[in-house]
Formats: sequence, structure tokens, C-alpha cells
Amino acid sequence: MKERIVLETSRLPLHAMGMASPTWWGTCAFMLIEGSGFALAIAVYLYLMSLAPHWPIGAPPPDLWAGTWLTVVLVISVIPNVLVSRWAESRRLRRVQIGLLVMIVFGIAPLVFRAFEFMALHINWDKNAYGSIVWVLLGLHTTHILTDLVDTIVLTCLMFSRHGDNTRRYGDVQDNSLYWNFVVLTWLPIYACIYWVPRL
Amino acid sequence: MMGKESSRPLLDTDLDDVVLEARLAKTWETPTGFWGIFATVDHKIIARRYLATAFVFLFLGGLLALAMRLQLSRPEARFIGPDRYNQIFTMHGTNMMFLFAVPVMEAVAIYLVPLMVGTRNIAFPRLNAYSYWVFLFGGILLWLSFALDTAPDVGWFAYVPLAGPQYSPGKRADLWAQMITFTEVAALAVAVEIVVTVFKQRAPGMSLDRIPVLVWAMLVMSFLVILAMPAIMFASSTLILDRLVGTQFYNPAKGGDALLWQHLFWFFGHPEVYIIFIPAVGMVSTILPTFVGRPLFGYLALVSALVATGILSFGLWVHHMFVVGLPRVGESFFTASSMAIALPAGVQIFCWLATLWAGRPVFKTPVLFVLGFIVTFVMGGLTGVMVASVPFDTQVHDTYFVVAHFHYVLVGGAVFPLLGAVYYWYPKICGRMMSERLGRWVFGLIFVGFHLTFFPMHILGLAGMPRRVYTYQPELPWAGLNLFVSLSSLILATGFLLFLIDALRSWRHGRPAGSNPWGASTLEWATTSPPPAYNFRRIPVVSSLTPLLDNDGELTVAAGLRTDRRELLITSVVEALPQSRESSPRNSIWPFLASIATSILFVWSIFSPWAVVWGAIPVALALIAWFWPKGSPEDES
Repeated sequence: MKERIVLETSRLPLHAMGMASPTWWGTCAFMLIEGSGFALAIAVYLYLMSLAPHWPIGAPPPDLWAGTWLTVVLVISVIPNVLVSRWAESRRLRRVQIGLLVMIVFGIAPLVFRAFEFMALHINWDKNAYGSIVWVLLGLHTTHILTDLVDTIVLTCLMFSRHGDNTRRYGDVQDNSLYWNFVVLTWLPIYACIYWVPRL
Repeated sequence: MMGKESSRPLLDTDLDDVVLEARLAKTWETPTGFWGIFATVDHKIIARRYLATAFVFLFLGGLLALAMRLQLSRPEARFIGPDRYNQIFTMHGTNMMFLFAVPVMEAVAIYLVPLMVGTRNIAFPRLNAYSYWVFLFGGILLWLSFALDTAPDVGWFAYVPLAGPQYSPGKRADLWAQMITFTEVAALAVAVEIVVTVFKQRAPGMSLDRIPVLVWAMLVMSFLVILAMPAIMFASSTLILDRLVGTQFYNPAKGGDALLWQHLFWFFGHPEVYIIFIPAVGMVSTILPTFVGRPLFGYLALVSALVATGILSFGLWVHHMFVVGLPRVGESFFTASSMAIALPAGVQIFCWLATLWAGRPVFKTPVLFVLGFIVTFVMGGLTGVMVASVPFDTQVHDTYFVVAHFHYVLVGGAVFPLLGAVYYWYPKICGRMMSERLGRWVFGLIFVGFHLTFFPMHILGLAGMPRRVYTYQPELPWAGLNLFVSLSSLILATGFLLFLIDALRSWRHGRPAGSNPWGASTLEWATTSPPPAYNFRRIPVVSSLTPLLDNDGELTVAAGLRTDRRELLITSVVEALPQSRESSPRNSIWPFLASIATSILFVWSIFSPWAVVWGAIPVALALIAWFWPKGSPEDES
């Protein structure tokens, strides 16, 4: 077809951040997928609970300390996480590097508590359906933390490399922060479900 | 950062068409040769592979259907034993739903959406390549298991307790469950790509009210995939856990529940029907206006109906479970919602009828399939309203009436439009026309063959013939109709064979198509057939719903993109105002290697839970290598 140029785009930026970035939307879409998965897992928990004459089946409610400490750590981690995101927005390389190192620590710490959480359940996955669903809930969320931790470690290496000081990387850091907020946010209903619903 | 002055010579602004095309080709083309095959990220090449693979699975699934018809053609036939028959009907359903219907609709989206919104590649093209390989390996896994006589034999919905550890020892049910994982990972990846392509890569000016209906349909489909498929992944994963490590999700003796499986399966399974049907609505709404010479009647109503259908599809799943003994109030609710979804479907049908009524239809092959679709789908919809009623459903549940109903809905509602779409877009994809003469024969044979095959199944069902029986006794009154159905299925098969011949023959010998053989109005027809690797020489700028009918054959375009790197325009979600000149990833071998690592993990985890731990390491390494910047111009910002 014959063409007529009506728009000049050469002044547009080569990469834009936030809602102007496709990866931001991609991250949101993946969060929607995983969010649906978690919502379903919680629905299954409540469904099984509605069928059982006693809940939890064959075990006392889980001990609170490990899960509660993990929740506290996760909630606190939001502060450095938001800071890293802001530093990335204003492209402050040194601060982003340090912030990411802090976030690695905040990614490892919950895993330590998580190990104790499995023990605090007082039930194995194969004893009954209650055991199965709490193990799957915890397991799913552990995968979540692990995935983001590996992502954060790779991103940290990247920010210390020659590829670091690049708008594209700062966008990646922001998306990673967005995802970590999601990891924290999904934990709250799961925490309530595993630890407090059996105590109602 | 703004484009630097030093990069100005690389811009497309002042280049004449020939030089520009040469430069774009150099940047965007897939290298020929062995590695090029595995490294390409061109959405058109991947979509062609998806289409070809899905159609191979369609024909394989058709052969299974013929095998079943052979066995059922007379009472107490001995062509196929009961165990093989169980595998065959399970394979037929699983293959048609997971390896044909969903992937083929996504394949159409992968090919057409980037072209219709006027961009140069799909969003996340490497993820797209990865999804194809994962889909292919999942399909091969299922068919290999069939070849080895270990195919799943528990039906396409694998109900527990039959599919559980107690009644299905061995690995057959696990293979079914893991095939689900393969195909759903692939489908979810494509859904994310489509959503982001539609949201962020539309041509400047293509505001929400100027998006082609097919693109809307693919967007709604993608959201259905995103919201529904986690349910089946959760279901299949917990089934494997029950079978492999002894969790008790579906064991009523240990606090589990067999109906939980049905809820999870159909929470996915009903939207699944619309995942297949909604793209078909988009195809019909695109084909019709081209051949009736007037714009689509009721664009807004149609798009609203699409969205409404998508939302309502999540409120219907229990109508698959009317005979399991749920509370009456619940059943009434789902009866009401099942009937409610007939409303948006009605809106769609009336919009098409109005379009036909007000225009001057030219009855080319694609239109014939559209008409066949309307007739067949309305009949399937009517039996759908019938089975939405609990007392009626209780009578015909698990009989051939239901088999007839869902083939009317699925084949009538999705395969007819799809075949019409193949005749319509084949010239774009292959650059040559399919035969109009053969096309009429194909339509006639398939339409007549379909109705002769499936209509009698309603009667067989009302006469009490159950589904999934491998044979029946001579004293039952079913033999005559079954023989009739089996003979009719040969007509249907002949139609599909002729379609295959037409498609293969036209590939080499069809009449050259030119860029816009039908005089259509959407952007995919603005470029050559087949389109070049970069899709458009310059990104189109859109000012209406029918950009090719405006400006007297002139295409308004944007300039100012770089030619030395893969660059496309990112626009805002609602108004499609330009936001940035974003890069699009180059070819890479890593998606292919990542898909192999993923496949090893999936297959290994059928046999050992430790696969999830050790198998994840190569997957993680492949993903890191995939994302690590290689210092290409695409990484600049």
C-alpha cells in the first residue's frame, strides 16, 4: 500500500518504566495467574474444612511463633523493598546495589523461619487432607519466595556488572520489587488461613 | 533517555522503501540453517508451527474417532478390546481439547494479533518460542504413551476415585496429569503474551473502540486462560501428589473429597469451552463484514457480549455436576446462570444475522462455513438450554445425547469457524489462495457428514445408549443407528481429507493472493502475503475501525524507528498514544534449551518427587542464560 507519514516518533524514549513498560504488564499478568492459584488453594482449604466434622483433622492448630515471625519479617521487608524501587526510579546505582543486597537477606530470612513452620504444623502431608492442604499452601508460597530470591540474586549480580547502569535494568529492579510486594501480600491471607482459621 | 543524535542515520525516516526493507530484513529475519530453526522468535513462524502441529493432532484425534466408530458400527464387534477402547476415547477427548482446540485458537492469535494491531512481533517473543516447544513435547509425551500402550484410560476429565492411586495403579493417569501441566504452561505463556501485545503494542491511534473484534475475542480468551487454567493445574498437580507422595486430597477416608476434583476440573472445564468458542466468535465477526460489503452490525454490543460471556462462563461449572447430588438451591442457581449465558450468545447471533440481512453477501467458502456455524451452533445451543434443566439432564447424563450436544457446540461452534478462518487467512499466511471449487466440496462434505454423524446421537442418547461403552448387545435397539452414524462419519472424514489435500496443494500451486485478495479492512491485509519478518515497513497509524478503507487506499504510518535494532512502538492502554520506542528481543536458542530442561523436570516428576528439586536447577540456569543481557543494541535504553 502507498504510505503517508503522519507521525514522527524519533523523539520517544528507547525504554519507558512503570505502566509504559511491557514487562511491568507481563509481571502483573503472571501475578494474576499466581494470585488465581493461591485463591483456589485457599478455597480448597475452606472447602475441605467445611466437610470435616472437626478442624484441623487429627492435629492441634499449628504453633504460632515461626509463622508469625516470618510474617513480621515479610511485612518489614516491604520498607527496603519500596526504597529500592524508588532508588531505581531515580537511577541511583549505588543505592540500588546496596538495597538489593539487603533484599537478598530479607529473602533468605523467611526461608529459615519457613523450615520451622513445616515442623510447627504437627502433621505430615500424607496423614489426611488437612495435612495435605497446609503442606501444599506452605509449599506453594515457599516456591514463591525461592523464585523471587533467585531473581533478586541474579538481578544483584547484573547491577554490579557492566550491564547495570541502564534504564532497562532499573525497570527490572522495579518489577522485581513489585513482585516481592505481591509475595508478601499473598502470604497474609495464607497466614490467616493456616494459623488463625483453625483457632476460630 | 532520548535517541542520541549519533543514532540518526540509523532511523527509517529518510530512507526510500527498498533500502528500508533491506535494512529491516537484515535486522528481523530468521537466519536459515540448523540453529535458526530452534532459535527463531518470529511470531509468524512459531504460529505456523503451532497451527501445523495442532492440525496434525486434529487428524490423529480424527483417526481415533474413526477407530471408535468402527468398533461401534455393529453390536459385539471385536475390532478393539475394552482396555484399548478406554485409552482411545480418553486420548480422543484429551487430544482434541488440550492438543488441538486450545492450541489452535492460540496459534491463530499468535499469528494474527500482532498483525491486526499493527506491530512487528508479539510481546515476549522468546516466551512464545518456549511455549511452542513445551506444547510440542507435551503432545509427543501423550502420543508416545499411546504408542507404548500406556496411554491414560480414565476419560478426558480423569475423575477420581477412578484416576486415584487405588483404582489406577501404574503411570497412565500420571501421564494424563503431566500432559496437562505441559499444555497449560504453554497456554498460560501465550495468554500473557496476547494480553500485553493488545494492551501495549497497538498501532498509534487504535483506541479501545478501534480494536478489531477478533483481537477483542483473543484478549477475552487470554483472560479466561489466565483465570481458569490455574484450577486445572492445581487439580492435576494434587492428583499427582495423591498418587506419588500419598497426599489425601481426593481420599474421602482421610478427610479428602472426590467431588473436590469435579469442582476444580469444571471450574476450569467450563470456561475452557469458551476459551475455544470466543475466538471463533471473533473469526466469524471478522469474516462476515468482508463478504457482505458492510461494516459489522453492533460492534459495541458484540464486544460487550464477548466480555459478558467471558465473565458468565465462570458461573456455570456445576451444570456438569447436576447428578452428583448437590443442594437444590445451588443447582437452581447454576440452571439460571446456564440459561443466562444464552443471552449474550443470542446478541452475537442477532448481530451476525443483522449484518447478513443489511449487506449483500458473497457466498465464498469462508462464508459457507460461517453459515454452517450459525446453523450448527444454534442447534447445539438449544440442546444446551435443554440440558441446563436439572430433571432433563438427569435423564440424559452420560448418554450419547450429551455426546451429540457437545460435538454440536464444539465442532459447530469452533471447528466450522476455524475452517472458515483457514480459507480466509490462508492467502495471508501462505501467499496463495485455496481452491474455491474444492472448498465448496469440503464444506458440503463436512457439513452434511457432521450432521448425519452427530444428529442421530441425540436419538441414541434418548434411547438410553451410554457414553464410553466399547460395545453393546444385539438385543438393544441401537445397532441400526450406530451403523448409520459410523457410515456417515466416513463422509465427514472424506471432507477433512479433502481439506488437507486442498491446503497442501494450494501451498505450492494455489493462485497467488496479493496483499488483500478479499478487499478486507483490517491491518493484516496492509502488508504483503506472506508478511515480511518485520510485518510492516512502517508502523501504521489508525484513525478508525476499518483502517484500510480510509484515505483512498493510502496507509497512514509512523516514522522515526531505528533499523539497526528490533524496535517497535509502545502505546498507552486506552487511547494508544505513543509512549516509547521499545526493543523486541532477538533470536535465541535459550528458550528451546529451557523447554528441554522443563520437559525433563515434568517427565521425571511423574516418577520421583525429587525431580522438582534437582530438575529445577537446569531450568533456572537456562532461564538465567535466557535473560542475561548479551550487549546487543536491543539492550540500549
